Amino acid sequence: MGLNKVVANADEAVQGIEDNMMLMLGGFGLCGIPENCIAALVKKGVTGLTCISNNAGVDDFGIGLMLHGKQVKKMISSYVGENDEFERQMLSGELEVELVPQGTLATRCMATGYGMPVVYTPAGVGTEVAEGKETRTFTMYGEEKEYLMERAFESDYAIVKAWKGDEHGNLIFKDTARNFNPLMAMAGKITIVEVEHLVKPGELHPNEIHVPGIYVKHIFQGTDYEKRIEQRTVQS
Amino acid sequence: MALDKNQIAQRIAKELQDGYYVNLGIGIPTLVANYIPEGVEVVLQSENGLLGMGPFPVAGKEDADLINAGKQTITTVPGSAFFDSAMSFGMIRSGKVDLTVLGAMEVAQNGDIANWKIPGKMVKGMGGAMDLVASAKNIIVAMNHTDRKGNSKLLEKCSLPITGLQCVKKIVSNLGVFNITKDGFECIEHAPGVTIEEIKSATAGKLTIANNVREMSF
Repeated sequence: MGLNKVVANADEAVQGIEDNMMLMLGGFGLCGIPENCIAALVKKGVTGLTCISNNAGVDDFGIGLMLHGKQVKKMISSYVGENDEFERQMLSGELEVELVPQGTLATRCMATGYGMPVVYTPAGVGTEVAEGKETRTFTMYGEEKEYLMERAFESDYAIVKAWKGDEHGNLIFKDTARNFNPLMAMAGKITIVEVEHLVKPGELHPNEIHVPGIYVKHIFQGTDYEKRIEQRTVQS
Repeated sequence: MALDKNQIAQRIAKELQDGYYVNLGIGIPTLVANYIPEGVEVVLQSENGLLGMGPFPVAGKEDADLINAGKQTITTVPGSAFFDSAMSFGMIRSGKVDLTVLGAMEVAQNGDIANWKIPGKMVKGMGGAMDLVASAKNIIVAMNHTDRKGNSKLLEKCSLPITGLQCVKKIVSNLGVFNITKDGFECIEHAPGVTIEEIKSATAGKLTIANNVREMSF
């Protein structure tokens, strides 16, 4: 009711996601990924998805789980190593892949959330990434440089994970689990957020909000987080 | 003797200056953090959203929410800050990061770098490399001078798909230190026990030897 955006669980949150939709999924590697929503999408069995996400998970976790179910038609990512099933589907042509420089990927999400259709970036000038793209020369602080025009991303849904969120959708992220999550939260036509701690409005200090709830459509209390570590590294 | 990867990192660490913000890539560049000179204060940037990266955690203190760009568990140092990926590349793009150290498969004598794709073999993606090389003020490449088959990685032109154009300023290889100049690679230091003749025969691109070339010290 009113500004209360809470839904019961991941299944309810992803109810509107249909075959062939375009999704943004937050996270860097397995850090800060929306585990509950990915599990719900696997259960729901939607297919033909185009997924914008920095990485594609690993073989048996994250977006890797959706790849196993052949739910993904196209991935838009900056780095897709360490995933055998991904590589198999890419080489066999089952999976379409668009590789985007990481900063460009982030900025194309950011632009959407700020209502700007394009950004200009020097990343990829003179490389394969520039093929077919408009370039322009600009001078900034006296330095003349060539820039590529990159389109802001449009997606049907953005699915992100936050640390804390209130019932109005105000969000706080933790450590490097922030990564793409706030940018995507601001960019989805419809944004779904799963949180580790769902609280009442007023419990989060306004000074500490990373993304205001105006960008959020659905929020729910996540459960059973595995938070798998991809490269456990300790001091020797 | 050619340098091992730790010695390459140790030599690169001598390039760090007090007050620098530094981005270290995956592999040998990561090791540079182990050799930061005494009295030099630097802040390490990790492009997944952290300034002030500290050492790896002690066993039992790993936190899944705190990783570096290589997805390894890490810690923070006092004065660190977290931010989102757009701001992370914002500070890179706007030239606030003083030094970028990264690996490469090939470097051309004009400073072009290739390090993201081997057509038909390895297609993992460029990650943040294209953004870094397009904007960094100072890029040092850390790599072995030749590949596993003994082919030179210092070339007239890159044969692999390019990551960025005319951006590398310096290379520290296992054989020596090289500036990128208008005349190609300039050898300014050789590794202890490595001869200039060995460096010449391992370099495919145009190579000049600095008048004051000297043996590397650590």
